[in-house]
Amino acid sequence: MNWATLKRNPGGALGLAGFLAIVVLVVVGPLVVPLDTTTRLDQIYQPPSLAHPFGTDNQGRDVFSQIVHGGKDLLWVATLAAGISTVIALTLGSISAVAGGSVDNAVMTFTDVVLTVPHFPLLAVLAGVLQFRSQTLLAIILGVLSWPALTRAVRAQVLSLKERDFVEAATALGLGRGHIIAREILPNMRSYVAISFVLAMTQAIYAQVGLVFLGLVPLSGQNWGVMIQYGWTRGAIFHKSSVYSILAPIMAIAVLKLSLVSMARIFDEIFNPRLQEG
Amino acid sequence: MIILERVSRIFRSRGEAIRAVDDVSLEIGEGQVMSLVGESGSGKTTTGKMIAGLVTPSSGRVLFEGRDIRTLDGAARARYRRAVQIIHQDPYACLNPVRTVGDTLAAPLQLYGLADGRSRNAGIGELLERVELTPASAFVDKYPHQLSGGQRQRVAVARALSVQPKFLVADEAVSMIDVSLRISLLNLLLKLRQETGVAFLFITHDLALARHFGWDGRIAVMYLGRVVDVGPTRTVIEDPHHPYTRALLAAVPEADPHITRTKPRLRLRSQDPPSLLHLPSGCAFHPRCPWAESGLCDVIRPELTHVRAQEVACHVAVREGALPDLAATT
Amino acid sequence: MDSLLSIRDLSIAYRGRGGTSQALREVSLDLYRDETLGLIGESGSGKTTLALAVLRMLPPAAHIPQGQILYHHDGRTADVLSLGAERLRRYRGEEVAMVFQSALSSLNPVLRIWDQFLDTARAHGETDPARVRTRTRELLSHVQLEPERVLSAFPHELSGGMRQRVMLALALLLRPRVVVLDEPTTALDILTQRTIIDLLRSLRREFGFSMMFISHDLSLAAELADRVATMYAGRIVEIGTTDELFYEPRHPYTVGLLQAVPTVHGDHRTLHSIPGSPPNLQRLPAGCKFHPRCPYVRPVCTEAEPDLLHVSNGHRSACFFWDEVRR
Repeated sequence: MNWATLKRNPGGALGLAGFLAIVVLVVVGPLVVPLDTTTRLDQIYQPPSLAHPFGTDNQGRDVFSQIVHGGKDLLWVATLAAGISTVIALTLGSISAVAGGSVDNAVMTFTDVVLTVPHFPLLAVLAGVLQFRSQTLLAIILGVLSWPALTRAVRAQVLSLKERDFVEAATALGLGRGHIIAREILPNMRSYVAISFVLAMTQAIYAQVGLVFLGLVPLSGQNWGVMIQYGWTRGAIFHKSSVYSILAPIMAIAVLKLSLVSMARIFDEIFNPRLQEG
Repeated sequence: MIILERVSRIFRSRGEAIRAVDDVSLEIGEGQVMSLVGESGSGKTTTGKMIAGLVTPSSGRVLFEGRDIRTLDGAARARYRRAVQIIHQDPYACLNPVRTVGDTLAAPLQLYGLADGRSRNAGIGELLERVELTPASAFVDKYPHQLSGGQRQRVAVARALSVQPKFLVADEAVSMIDVSLRISLLNLLLKLRQETGVAFLFITHDLALARHFGWDGRIAVMYLGRVVDVGPTRTVIEDPHHPYTRALLAAVPEADPHITRTKPRLRLRSQDPPSLLHLPSGCAFHPRCPWAESGLCDVIRPELTHVRAQEVACHVAVREGALPDLAATT
Repeated sequence: MDSLLSIRDLSIAYRGRGGTSQALREVSLDLYRDETLGLIGESGSGKTTLALAVLRMLPPAAHIPQGQILYHHDGRTADVLSLGAERLRRYRGEEVAMVFQSALSSLNPVLRIWDQFLDTARAHGETDPARVRTRTRELLSHVQLEPERVLSAFPHELSGGMRQRVMLALALLLRPRVVVLDEPTTALDILTQRTIIDLLRSLRREFGFSMMFISHDLSLAAELADRVATMYAGRIVEIGTTDELFYEPRHPYTVGLLQAVPTVHGDHRTLHSIPGSPPNLQRLPAGCKFHPRCPYVRPVCTEAEPDLLHVSNGHRSACFFWDEVRR
């Protein structure tokens, strides 16, 4: 990736910039901006001002600091969930495609079964049983629920790449299956995998916010989803100056997802050597 | 060195069985060149891939140095794997687009013992020089899309050479390269044959190329999955015994106006394209064959039989010792 | 001789990532009535660009800095490059038709063959399906296809050779005076090639159109062409009758091609590839574009590019030293 790539794709460049900005904001920000926990009853639901760029919430607390502190968990869970589902999908999808036969059948049947399980009701049940107190646990659950769709897609890609001449040549050279999957086939899917990863992140964000919104996840910690939940249940949308406290987290989530999706546009160009020619 | 013994390969498509290769027997000795000629659907590519061990026969045996390749154990199997390599037709698909030339050549070198970085680089350089991609340093870091078709084929040849093969299957290796550059690639292959004694199965639909490349070797002509004509290249082309070979030679356009516009044509009996899904009974060529005899050719499948220096699968040719002249051939 | 199509000083360039490619450089050519002209060239020669230009079917990235394509008809002359939309539509198909390679994608894969004939006829004002059917059946018989079997089929149900014949019939539907063929026999089997070649010959005799085909296959020119032009790096480098080019070639590239093609008859000649590599259309050398690969190269070849010089009546070669060139 170089400047030329970014210049050719203004949308992608913007997405990348946005994403990096958010990452910096939620990772570095908390070290710089202290979380405002002071209750100021005379400053409830203030509109944005210089002192409070995003206004204040129902207890007079600064919304901006809450935004800064509320993104880290969301991002961490999204990344971990996407990572888990991508790794599972790559492994199962490529093994299934290369092994073929009964292995392929078994894996695909299993995949289909998991695919048909409705996520949200299952998550609701699990929430009641397991009580997602740990973010990591939530990430693992989300990751484990979303690998089936990507697995099928990976399998299809690998099946098609498997037939290419250069893979046949590698087989003829005796370069075993491991090499073929890891060094011949998967590198040809890099952009696809990167895009899927990013989209899986957006799905995980969606799932998290949904869970929080429905109250299935303990409302502890600072979290954009929690902010939305509080704002909603306290009727923040009904007043002109209170609406900012719910709008801010919604916009933050929207900007994050938009950046991710826009950024995905340049992956194809980054990972495809043919398009790198200046 | 490589023997195909009554090898068949059946593909199943929507309940139909397609006999892509039907009871083929061939023998290629060490250092020999065998051209395998046929049109699309003849089964020549599948035959080549069965020799290379990339496709398993449905019946029959493939023997490498006397042993059935399916019975080979670990070490012997690895030796067979190295010994038989394939060069593909499409220069745009034969190399991994996301790996450089150096990466592509390094993998087999590393697998077979040259683990040390420096000797591996030297090995890569030497391979590139052998395929006349010089200076090697100019090519090592290139991606396939930065090379021309001919150069890519040379990299594919270098890759095959990296494991010191004894047998190369060239599957239409030059048909997607510019005409003016084909000969140099073929000459490279011939040079490698001289240097290393590697044997070739040269698969092509181009009779003239088969004649040129296999000048000192043998040629086998395939039709609808069967071998119909085998023998020394020069003999088969100058004095073809099988009606199909005759038809090909009469039909092939040549780069000489006087010859090609006046050469005698061979009228085939039917214009219907041959189809593997509807294999004719008896001799596969009989519906189109001008010499076909009803009651014989449409009933009994002819076996490859010696007729002078060639082997032919044709009842009439074998019985008469040669194909009799037809009444009207122009 | 009547000229049907005159191409004058045509230059075409493509704008691409790495720069501008000079696909055609000041090409001049005539296609006469009742003749077959073969354009022979390899990758980078510009032959495909020329064929597409005649029908004005160049991709958007192409631009034409200079030149004209003139179509002569009934004493009038039309400037093809400046035809309006309606006249262009009529020009394509009714005056000049093109037959592409027999690839599956040359015919609409989701339409039956009959529909493609009917659509084409309708688009050119023919409203009576019965008339179209009659003519279509007649054409399909001419190309040795069984109309009933073929008309109700989809393209993928036909073999490559059959598709090629369907496209020939389709091209002739509107009785064009010029038929342009792009690699008509490439990727076809030997026996199928023979059918197509013989068919092209007989169709020309029967329907009297002029034919221009482009190919890298010299033997096709030997079979069908009355005149042959070899192309290199966007220019015609030699043009003449078939006999002249095959037996007395006067350009090193033509000679090189002839020496690079193996034959089925005759001695085992020593064959040579042409040394070097195909021209880079974005960075062409100075002087004669063939000079890096030419065995006759002299200093002047690196400085000046030769025009098509007169060898004999109708036979021209773009080489300063053509009279030294021998097979």
